[in-house]
Amino acid sequence: MTTITRPSWFTTRQEAAKARFESLPAPKRGDETWRFSNLKQLDFDGFSRSAGVPPASDDLVARSTGVEKTAAKFVFVNDSLVFSQSSVPEGVVCLPLAEALVSHCDLVRAHFMKQETRLGSAKFAAWHESMVSNGLFVHTGDNVELDGAIEVHHWISGPNTVIFPHTLVVTGKSSKVRVIDIFRSADDLSPGLAIAFNDLSAGQNSRLDYTAIQALNEVTRIIQINETSTARDASAMGFILNTGASWARNECLSRLEGAGSRSDMLSVSIPAREQEYDQRTFQHHVSEGAYSDLLYKNSLYDNSKTIFSGLIFVDEGAHHTDAYQTCRNLLMSDACEANSMPGLEINADQVKCSHGSTSSQIQDEEIFYLRARGIDPVRARQLIARGFSVEVVERLNDPATEELVLRFIDDKFAHIAGGGA
Amino acid sequence: MPYEESTALLDEETHEAINIDRTKGDFVFPERHKFDAGHGLSAKTIDYICDVKNDPQWVREFRHKALQVFLDKPAPTHWATKDLENIDFDRIRYYLSDGEKPKRSWDEVPPEVLETFERLGIPEQERAFLAGVEAQYDSEAAYSNMKEELTKQGVIFVNSTEGLKNHEEIFRPWFGKVIPTGDNKYSALNSAVFSGGSFIYIPKGVKLKQPLQAYFRINSESFGQFERTLIIADEGAEVMYMEGCTAPKFETATLHSAVVELVALKGARIQYVTVQNWSNNVFNLVTKRGLAMEDAEVRWIDCNIGSRLTMKYPGVIMKGRRARGEVISIALANTGQHQDTGAKMIHAADETTSNIVSKSISVGRGRATYRGQVHIPRHLKGCRNNTECDALLINSNSRTDTYPAITVRGNRHATQHEASVSQVSEEMLFYMQQRGLNEGQAMSLAVNGFINDLVREFPMEYSVELKRLIDLEMEGSVG
Repeated sequence: MTTITRPSWFTTRQEAAKARFESLPAPKRGDETWRFSNLKQLDFDGFSRSAGVPPASDDLVARSTGVEKTAAKFVFVNDSLVFSQSSVPEGVVCLPLAEALVSHCDLVRAHFMKQETRLGSAKFAAWHESMVSNGLFVHTGDNVELDGAIEVHHWISGPNTVIFPHTLVVTGKSSKVRVIDIFRSADDLSPGLAIAFNDLSAGQNSRLDYTAIQALNEVTRIIQINETSTARDASAMGFILNTGASWARNECLSRLEGAGSRSDMLSVSIPAREQEYDQRTFQHHVSEGAYSDLLYKNSLYDNSKTIFSGLIFVDEGAHHTDAYQTCRNLLMSDACEANSMPGLEINADQVKCSHGSTSSQIQDEEIFYLRARGIDPVRARQLIARGFSVEVVERLNDPATEELVLRFIDDKFAHIAGGGA
Repeated sequence: MPYEESTALLDEETHEAINIDRTKGDFVFPERHKFDAGHGLSAKTIDYICDVKNDPQWVREFRHKALQVFLDKPAPTHWATKDLENIDFDRIRYYLSDGEKPKRSWDEVPPEVLETFERLGIPEQERAFLAGVEAQYDSEAAYSNMKEELTKQGVIFVNSTEGLKNHEEIFRPWFGKVIPTGDNKYSALNSAVFSGGSFIYIPKGVKLKQPLQAYFRINSESFGQFERTLIIADEGAEVMYMEGCTAPKFETATLHSAVVELVALKGARIQYVTVQNWSNNVFNLVTKRGLAMEDAEVRWIDCNIGSRLTMKYPGVIMKGRRARGEVISIALANTGQHQDTGAKMIHAADETTSNIVSKSISVGRGRATYRGQVHIPRHLKGCRNNTECDALLINSNSRTDTYPAITVRGNRHATQHEASVSQVSEEMLFYMQQRGLNEGQAMSLAVNGFINDLVREFPMEYSVELKRLIDLEMEGSVG
């Protein structure tokens, strides 16, 4: 690995984070933020960073296909940049984090990992902070609209490799940015680990759309921590697709800091076989008059397991809050397990809040309806299961991104017995 | 009216409304105890209680073991409120009694005890609509009586001490089985120092037309009340049990920590109604759970108006096929109060169904919390759960939280959970005022409308009382 010069504030932060990582206790039984979790999944012994770029990276670049039209595209293999292409307009900084740390040192410093991780993974956030070497840094000026998405591919290659991908996006006044992160493994058999962090800060009246596609191989684990903040009249959307990994933990925290701001938190998860997805969310209404809407959908196959724990937290004084939270579980086998913990903490009034959670299987009536129209039962189940996820995907409101997400969803169904029936 | 101005007014007025209502149970008589275990808790306290009560050896051992569990367990502050740390277990008095046996007639009850229950309306209610009454004063029952024909039918309605001594063959097999000592810190505490509470046995096929009632009264400062209730409904039996409770407002905090176990055998039906109106410096930490066998039903109908902190999550373990569990809950949290209530539904057999409906109202700086757990394991089929929790916020600094946890394994079940938070809108109040109601009446009507469908679940006499109580709480709560 080549030695890279880092600003001193960054090395100091990394050293402090390392000390924090070592001193913070590991999650244990009885921790509310790890309720129902399988703590055995947190044994990360034996993983190490890879030294240098693996030889087959050209092939991975070729496989890094996403949306047709991008504003910028980066491909990382084991946190090393192997491909970059960018056509962003003036007023936009869109660089690999390692480069931005040198060229836009103060700008990165002003925004880098500002929020406290409070959904259980503070230890792993500290680990990430102490180890992070690369990722994406986007900062826009005011009134800039990006044409096409910024697309980032993160590959894990080689056995027992850990990566620490980082995404930091800051939008200026009235600007518009869309970012897509795609996490994949180079092969199906090498165990890997990703400790990913994405930090999204939507400036006044701006629009920030973020999509994460997690399609790692089924012997890889991932912890993905998201922190989103919205300024006055800003709108942020975070979408997570989980089709891969043996175990995935998502922690999503949205802080609604400005009046009139909006946060949409969306997720589609399709676990099968022995896959486990553990998702924790927090809708924090700091300012009055903000809106947040969460929709998480899980389709569970085989012996899979999901955990959803969400909290709407309305601060004192955050009146006229609208906050919604819905988690729906479609149970496609008699051995799957869905855990839901939808929570509310309201300290203000003139508030409209609701949450709903359901767990159910496809009803016989629905199959009967489709059979009466000449569709065989297997196909009928496939259609209903797909339609269940599509409802969330449509909320992305961007045909190119929707198409990309559906490609991964259909690929997953193709790898489930009966095509997802 | 500008928004801030109207809320500032609400608080003060609400406060006054609270003070009006609390006076009903807020009176105290001088203490006249023959037996007093003193302050604090140790193995000696346990022995003192055992000696006074003349407990059999197995109970003495049970209590000592429980004390150890209580001391070993930490307070559950990792998920519950830190207010629990304010309970000073060394200042509490664990056993107080005058050494008298419970009386069968109100005429034999000491005058101040009689006056206490007269003022609370118990003898009057007994004549009007109850099948039997037990009235507990501090640690022991002062009065216990049941209609004669029920005795003939084999119904047993006695206090827990009498139950474990005179009916050991029925009592002992179920005692501590639905709620084991180590269930939580406060059930362990109860197991160590329990006194009073009811033991009820309803024989096969006997259906009680009128409810049985227990009334729990704390009269002494720094006193901890730890009643223990066990109700067994044999095959096809039916019973409704109601409990009420009050305490005067003392300078120091008081603790009430009960354990209630219900056993509904095949086809039996138990309804357990609570109207909790402790004064608002009582810590009310109660463990309640029912076991429902095949085709049996356990219903908890729960109303929490009083106390400083209530933590109570009535549960049903549905152990037999087609068993049914239900929790209907109303909570009213005023300034200085935290109502942390909920429900626990454990499905342990096929085709079992459970229903939870919880409504809470937060007034002033009050805080209402719902915590729920629904568990449906993998090997079962055809289980259903419905959970609804709605919260109403009256003032701008009222607070409400909801923390449900639902686990469903397998695809032959259905669960649904819904919660909403809302407030009485200015428009609604304005509309009613247009029709000639003053603002207080309008608020009261809106609040009663919010809980009306649940109030109807209470026995008629109680639902009238409840509505009146809520009217009082709401009186003048808006300008």
